[in-house]
Amino acid sequence: MEQKVKEIIQHYHGDKSYLVPILQDVQKEFNYLPKDALCAVSTQLSVPISRVYEVVTFYKAFSLKPKGRYQLSLCMGTACHVRGAELIAGNIESILGIKEGETTEDLEFSFETVGCLGACALGPVLVVNGEYHGHMNIAKSTKILKKLGKKGATDDDQD
Amino acid sequence: MTTKIKSFDELKSIQERLKAGRDPKKPCITICVGTGCLAYGTQKLVDNFRAELAKRNLTEKIGFRTTGCHGFCERGPMVVIAPDKIFYQRVGLEDAAEIIDKTLLKGEIIERLLYVDPATGQKVTREDDVPFYKKQTRLVFGLNSKVDPESLDDYLAIGGYTALGKALTGMKPEAIIQEVIKANLRGRGGGGFPAGWKWDSTRKAQGDPKYVICNADEGDPGAYMDRSLLEGNPHLVLEGMIIGAFAIGSSQGYIYARNEYPLAIKNITLAIEQARQAGLLGENILGTGFNFDVKINRGGGAFVCGESSALFASLEGRAGEPRAKYIHATDKGLYDKPTNLNNVETWANVPFIIDRGADWYASIGTAGSKGTKIFSLVGKINNTGLVEVPMGTKLREIVFDIGGGIPGGKKFKAIQTGGPSGGCIPEQYLDMGVDFDELTKIGSMMGSGGMIVMDEDNCMVDVARYFTNFLVSESCGKCVPCREGVRRMRDILADITEGKGQEGDVELLEKMAAAIIDGSLCALGNSAPNPVLSTIRYFRDEYEAHIKHKRCPAGVCKALILYSIDPEKCTGCTLCSKVCPTGAAAGERKKAHAIDKALCTKCGACRESCKFDAIIVR
Ligand SMILES: Cc1cc2nc3c(=O)[nH]c(=O)nc-3n(C[C@H](O)[C@H](O)[C@H](O)COP(=O)(O)O)c2cc1C
Ligand code: SF4
Repeated sequence: MEQKVKEIIQHYHGDKSYLVPILQDVQKEFNYLPKDALCAVSTQLSVPISRVYEVVTFYKAFSLKPKGRYQLSLCMGTACHVRGAELIAGNIESILGIKEGETTEDLEFSFETVGCLGACALGPVLVVNGEYHGHMNIAKSTKILKKLGKKGATDDDQD
Repeated sequence: MTTKIKSFDELKSIQERLKAGRDPKKPCITICVGTGCLAYGTQKLVDNFRAELAKRNLTEKIGFRTTGCHGFCERGPMVVIAPDKIFYQRVGLEDAAEIIDKTLLKGEIIERLLYVDPATGQKVTREDDVPFYKKQTRLVFGLNSKVDPESLDDYLAIGGYTALGKALTGMKPEAIIQEVIKANLRGRGGGGFPAGWKWDSTRKAQGDPKYVICNADEGDPGAYMDRSLLEGNPHLVLEGMIIGAFAIGSSQGYIYARNEYPLAIKNITLAIEQARQAGLLGENILGTGFNFDVKINRGGGAFVCGESSALFASLEGRAGEPRAKYIHATDKGLYDKPTNLNNVETWANVPFIIDRGADWYASIGTAGSKGTKIFSLVGKINNTGLVEVPMGTKLREIVFDIGGGIPGGKKFKAIQTGGPSGGCIPEQYLDMGVDFDELTKIGSMMGSGGMIVMDEDNCMVDVARYFTNFLVSESCGKCVPCREGVRRMRDILADITEGKGQEGDVELLEKMAAAIIDGSLCALGNSAPNPVLSTIRYFRDEYEAHIKHKRCPAGVCKALILYSIDPEKCTGCTLCSKVCPTGAAAGERKKAHAIDKALCTKCGACRESCKFDAIIVR
């Protein structure tokens, strides 16, 4: 892990002002920010761990907990909101049995709501592991979860 | 371009050579690969086109260009075929072969792919005749469809970097600033502060080095014009920045971009690299002795980081908390050095002003707001997309002529501008011309140019709660009125939407708003109450319906509505009973169904599934 962190930091020439992008890259590598990685960043960049922690907890993009195999992000931009994204969020939460921002215990699914993704013509938009699914609705979200192997998603075949 | 361009004259001759090498009559396929269109799966279509062209040995004869966003995101994937600018929309990913064989080789039009003007029912063949485009003035944004964002040659071929050459070789920094002041270019990122004056202060400030920054944080949910500019025409933004840096006397620039915009970051990174190699960036630009370079920094997904002092903190690798501005950023900004921050779209306007002159620029727009503005027209609107119009264009024209009105024959209720700091504008102001000052007058603001259209099915109290909730999660927490006050406003609004509103709540909200506006440090807090105040101002009756009558007239607020089935409309198709997760919607086949209110969780699945509009929500 330390080696990987070192490589990332080297890419930014050890410049402290790149702390945020460095952490982004570390998170990309490990899918979240493990404690050991944060300590490694702190030591190698000579930034106090308290500062690293402050930055990590300030920015939304960072997660201190592991994320699920399937990462679902539902756009909650204004355009998606006025087109009913909240009802879709409710549906996903009730099927997965978790709240927005959480991960299922089996580490299969993470669900988060995000600010505007700038794909408003497709709104509401659900992103599953980076893949966009546009014109989302309740039935379609159920279907996607079912396809990803979530039991308990109600049976229906309409689009 | 691998060798450095050593002078303005050399640049001009390269432009000429590139222009001459391009036959405007040569057939060329253009496809939009902006983030919006890519989300439709357009990359596959691009691959198909390339493969089909190669298969037919046509790669020489027929040009092929991928470009950034054209704005008409609603109709993607989009293909435009030069020289006649034939416009195909909602192109299927497998349509590539047919388009090549019929349209390019035989000159036949494929009717199925044409846009149908809903107003007249007529099919439109040419891009310029599509009403969505026809009524716009696509000055800044229009260039997107002319260049491949990955190609510096494309940008040079349309005269790119001419303004830079002109500025660097023929103008004194002070004269450039005077030109920008005369053009009255106002900041497109929110406040509308005159860019020229800001440049002037930064130039005159004591301190070294001086920084020039491009704000591409674009945190406003529902706005994506900055991304589309950076993604679709990165050299235009860069050119503006270099001119600004020269005028201000800066040698180091930054672009602060949202991490959620990977394609924009990729394209601007490439553009910077290209510009460096071509001697348009870096040392001794165009052989004039002027040095300037640009670094990119990615944000961490915090709305407040769009605020200037928070942005500086974030650039320095710290948490993005705003600080008090006793001293202007133009004197002490990034690393306490004189700093000039402008928005992406502001920078993109600069080359036009220098190239065509302040008088020409100032001839567009209204008395106080010059030039054009790009709006992202989204929400309950037929033609979702990016729209560029002269300042002062009437809202009605934007919503109905360009936007094509509201889908499903629903009634217009309001348009929200200015993002979370803005307000909701009711129907009575549809004939108002949109510019910085008019919007402020009616309790909203320009913001970054988001325009979210709402119809009769949207609840204005819910919208106020939505924005307030957004701001609660985005407040940095530094000052109490914003951190605690906005949260309490949100709680009161939530109570109202949950049927727990009390007499006097509206007055309390208004009182709190005044205190929050007065007592917050940065503009996030100062403007946080705007969505609440503007909805109270124009839609007070909706608040009262929620509080006094425990009713949500638009049928949105779950605690105040009931689902039922209209037996007249229900055909007994059984669809609702299939989608209902709790078994509340039930009935016999071919007989009117009913909803058991005790079981109904108001999840909305039945309403969404019903093809006969038989689900009543009240
Ligand atoms: C909370 C908050 C968020 C902001 N977000 C942005 C943003 O995303 N993009 C932007 O250009 N300006 C944003 N601004 C405005 C900037 O502080 C600043 O005024 C602007 O970037 C200056 O550039 P301009 O004069 O060219 O508009 C924001 C302001 C506040 C208070
Ligand atoms: S007004 Fe809000 S966002 Fe701005 S500094 Fe204060 S707490 Fe932070």
